Amino acid sequence: MEVLKIATAGSVDDGKSTLIGRLLYDTKSLTSDKLEAIERSSKQKGYDYLDFSLATDGLVAEREQGITIDVAHIYFSTATKSYIIADTPGHVEYTRNMVTGASTSQAAIILIDARHGVIEQTYRHFFINNLLRIKDVIVAINKMDLVDFSEERYNEIKADFQKLVDKSDYEDQNITFIPVSALKGDNVVEKSTVMSWFKGQTLLEHLEKLDTKDIYNRGKVRFPVQYVIRPKTEEYHDFRGYAGKVYGGEIKVGDEVIVLPSETKSRVKEIYFYDKKFETAARRSSCTITLEDNVNVSRGDMIVKVDELPKVQKQFTATVSWMDAKNLTAGSKYVLQHGVNKVLAKVSSINHKIETDFSGIKSDISSLGMNDIASVSFQLNKPIFFDSFKEHRTNGAFILIDPQSNNTAGAGFIE
Amino acid sequence: MTEKLHINALENEAIYIFREVAAQFEKPVLLFSGGKDSITLVRLAQKAFFPAKIPFPLMHIDTGHNFPETIEFRDKLVEELGVELIVRNVQDSIDQGKVKEESGRYSSRNMLQTTTLLDAIEEFKFDACIGGARRDEEKARAKERIFSVRDDFGQWDEKNQRPELFDMLNGQIELGQNVRVFPISNWTELDVWTYIERENLEIPSIYFAHKRETFLRDGLIWSASEHVYRDEDEEVEERWVRFRTVGDMSCTAAVDSYATTISQVVAEIRDSSISERGARIDDKRSEAAMEKRKQQGYF
Repeated sequence: MEVLKIATAGSVDDGKSTLIGRLLYDTKSLTSDKLEAIERSSKQKGYDYLDFSLATDGLVAEREQGITIDVAHIYFSTATKSYIIADTPGHVEYTRNMVTGASTSQAAIILIDARHGVIEQTYRHFFINNLLRIKDVIVAINKMDLVDFSEERYNEIKADFQKLVDKSDYEDQNITFIPVSALKGDNVVEKSTVMSWFKGQTLLEHLEKLDTKDIYNRGKVRFPVQYVIRPKTEEYHDFRGYAGKVYGGEIKVGDEVIVLPSETKSRVKEIYFYDKKFETAARRSSCTITLEDNVNVSRGDMIVKVDELPKVQKQFTATVSWMDAKNLTAGSKYVLQHGVNKVLAKVSSINHKIETDFSGIKSDISSLGMNDIASVSFQLNKPIFFDSFKEHRTNGAFILIDPQSNNTAGAGFIE
Repeated sequence: MTEKLHINALENEAIYIFREVAAQFEKPVLLFSGGKDSITLVRLAQKAFFPAKIPFPLMHIDTGHNFPETIEFRDKLVEELGVELIVRNVQDSIDQGKVKEESGRYSSRNMLQTTTLLDAIEEFKFDACIGGARRDEEKARAKERIFSVRDDFGQWDEKNQRPELFDMLNGQIELGQNVRVFPISNWTELDVWTYIERENLEIPSIYFAHKRETFLRDGLIWSASEHVYRDEDEEVEERWVRFRTVGDMSCTAAVDSYATTISQVVAEIRDSSISERGARIDDKRSEAAMEKRKQQGYF
């Protein structure tokens, strides 16, 4: 079964939770006991419709305030796909959660309240989906029932959003507009009967036809070694297997490879997945490979094809999304985790802040606060093996860990 | 061997997580209840480290009120795997006066497990505890991270969780802290059952339909047993039932079923209109029941 992960973003009260609830309800994914709980709770609060947002707002604090405060994961499936929705909140101060949710998604839904149209929040949501290289973006123009299902209003909002798209530098991105009413169920799963002017697909129809293989970003083959398997049993006495996940492309038996950082060349001897051997390891598979030669390989090393070398450097510049209460300043030191490889990193300079509303950059800043996005240059104690984020969505990203608190303090996308 | 490796995204993600645990922690442990989720975890761990053995022990927190079928199954599996099994008993925590047995109609040892678990973590100095919790089970679990940091008291601070980006898992902790790891976070109940079917995994017999002495309360089917409180007017009746989860006998309700094979079970789950935890009596206590238990260090 194919798995598609979708990030949702919207502002407070634009009906995101209702939209997700509607998707669950119309795909019959809400079980009777959950539905009963929703009915009970809606009635208790005196609503005259079913409050689907109760299906997704998980934490007590959220139920009390009626808002979503962290990334929640929601699951549903159809006959063809399993869907995972990473539901992230839309407040200005929660850029960090949106970046997090988008980092593991291949598609995104941006919600717009038809009454309010494109607002500053919409800019930010689109900016983050752009920054994170989300291939498929669906702009759901919601609450159409409150603007009399007006085609004119829909076109107006679409034109406004198109102005944002024109500012984007990500040409491969697919953008789809759909007018919906999550509350009434128009164009979410069922086609709207009142908006017959809309000839496009419903939200679910669109998601169903997305090819999950296609929207995973491709690139050169990268095999970061996670773990070295040495069974030391009689049967596998000299076995040295390198366990890891294949990124970017496929690995085949016989491939000429080079191990970084030692730069030792060898060939792929065997590819194991559990107790079976294979000729080819597919993209995104967690396999174990052995090499023809006795090479010294340890965790954090990277196996690549000889003619597809990444950059091997001790300094680089990246776009950083800051997520910690303690500010990032020039000169501060962090543990930089690039894939499964950890090195020490020092901030050599904060170059400029990047406004998330497409209004440009701001120079002269001395520190980065939570939810800021900026261009930052780093100096490392050891080289890492990377590609630019635009070329390689996995090998161009890293996280920064605060050595005192051990918290994940920020994420970076290498330029 | 000419075959191209076909990928199951969820399985590959879980294997990746297991390898991160083995690489990032000194003393991991796999929490094993004998239920279908932990059986699935064991298979995934085998796949992650083949041809080596699973590089950490299994641990069972035994409430003493488990279904005997589950315990038999557990012992057999551990013997086949050749791994170490640690068992710690809730009864011991009660005898030591650390926890007090609940009494009354809804009494259960489920809550008491937390103390025994935290004590065992301290005793063995475990820094990572791998569990089979899934985000689809319950809405507080939907917010759980894959690497979930717990403080010295084993508590979960849901408002201060580490962001998890891409595949990168941050397992850096201070001495005394530990991480709860959930490799099948993104699986649904149906994903687990389909996997068990595909992998042909053995599971305890109580997951299949069988005749059992039961009684009805609050619309749920309870197992009639010495461990389950029952009023005199609650009539015992023999029914064809099956269990969807195997927790403590006192908090796990059965469902009507005639599904005696794995494919029949999968078909039943596919069509089911009641959620898995709908048959968990412990979750019905209040809307925030799970979140409260998790804050206290529950699994």
